[in-house]
Amino acid sequence: MGLRSSTLRARAVIVNRMPLAAASPLISAASVTAPSAPMLEAQGVTRVYGRRKALDGVSLSLPAGSCLALFGPNGAGKTTLLRILAGLLRPTRGTVLLAGSPTRGDAAARAQVGLLSHQSMLYDALTVRENIVFTARLYGVRDPLAATDASLERLGMLERAEQPVRALSRGLQQRVSIARAIVHGPRVLLLDEPYTGLDEAGAGALTSLLSELRAQGATLVLVTHNLAEGLALATQAAVMRAGRLVRQDDREAIDGASYAEEYREMVTNAG
Amino acid sequence: MPADAVVRARPGLLRAALLIAAKDLAIELRTRSAILSALAFTLLAVVIFFFAWDATAVASIDLAPGVLWVIFTFSGLLALNRSFALEQNDRALDALLASPVDRESIFLGKALGNLVFVCLIQACAIPAVALFYNLPLTGVWPALLALTVAAAVGLVSVGTLFSAMATNTRMAELLLPMLALPFFVPVVMPAAQVTARLLAGRPMDEAWPWLRILLAFDLVFLVACTLAFPYTLED
Repeated sequence: MGLRSSTLRARAVIVNRMPLAAASPLISAASVTAPSAPMLEAQGVTRVYGRRKALDGVSLSLPAGSCLALFGPNGAGKTTLLRILAGLLRPTRGTVLLAGSPTRGDAAARAQVGLLSHQSMLYDALTVRENIVFTARLYGVRDPLAATDASLERLGMLERAEQPVRALSRGLQQRVSIARAIVHGPRVLLLDEPYTGLDEAGAGALTSLLSELRAQGATLVLVTHNLAEGLALATQAAVMRAGRLVRQDDREAIDGASYAEEYREMVTNAG
Repeated sequence: MPADAVVRARPGLLRAALLIAAKDLAIELRTRSAILSALAFTLLAVVIFFFAWDATAVASIDLAPGVLWVIFTFSGLLALNRSFALEQNDRALDALLASPVDRESIFLGKALGNLVFVCLIQACAIPAVALFYNLPLTGVWPALLALTVAAAVGLVSVGTLFSAMATNTRMAELLLPMLALPFFVPVVMPAAQVTARLLAGRPMDEAWPWLRILLAFDLVFLVACTLAFPYTLED
């Protein structure tokens, strides 16, 4: 680790020890510098529900081929942030740009995003194949059947293509959801707890799939509670708490063991 | 797998609507839950109206149009209730909203699926009512079928919009009729009037003013609901 990573770690620790109100603007100003033009950018994103701020001035900048692992306790605002990045929710303040275009209201920008949510977002009365082909057609995929079979094969689900989704276990449904999220070859993949319900083989297949997509230039945002899984893929890692980004580091600046300890302390004590 | 490599061109408004309607109908064909309950409701309602009818007080030709359109209205509500309910399971609606199709396409697709569904129910209701009330359908049924489609356009336009609005509430099944029924009146009233004149063998000139009212409301409801729909999905 060189001087840059040491500086980053020092900055992260400083942010960690600051009160939340002071920490957020510091992080926005000193967020990790993107090496190239950002593929996905959030600028001061705030989302208010009634009197409660679910997100408070979150700023991110992710270049193509990067992976942000987003950690945080329940209710930190991770899912809200993901829904705003996907264009499903309108931010109260701030903007989200995908390759320079706003994701919300711009169909061309939405076409470049793949979303994996808590829920399967599948129709349980339809078969696995029917679900994926429907999505492929909505996105205007050139050969929907071939693309469907290719994505199912990558998740080891091709032999179950004719089964109705309701006949599948939670883990197998999760694989189908992942196949649905990647069938149109998205440039940005937003993943909310993608390892939920997956067995060891499924988790391994997902890790190698995501690594491959990242190597091909896809930008990933990975929301997870599992630090090891997140850090295995990440080029950046961030921690959210009470709607704010309270820490953001380059992956190479992170030492896994100490990060876990610092994260636990941050989540339980900060604020 | 970059997007450009696999994506041809996003489907247009109508193509996306057709995809969504076909998906909804495929789900209904697979489960048959709503169609069977709507058909059972239709037949039961015809039977109840029949036994509540005093043939010495009201002629069948006077009563039947009202019966037909009351059944049409309430069986239509069954179809409309399920329209967005099936998108709520596992939040499939999020996948539609995150996709690059316009929200107007989602509305038109849903409305088209509902239109087919409502017309199917009416295709069963008309012969059932004709059988119980001994109606002279010969020579009238093509016009009655066209009238059904015209009335269904207005009904599903309003119903699909309110179904989307009600679906996120806790009492969607109660809220939908309360919201939609007042808006069904300008559709059902002219439809019943035209039906009465058709069954009585009156000249078409007599029915034409009612038909114009029906078509005008169809147009207004379809355009207004299509434009209003995107706002119903805002969080």
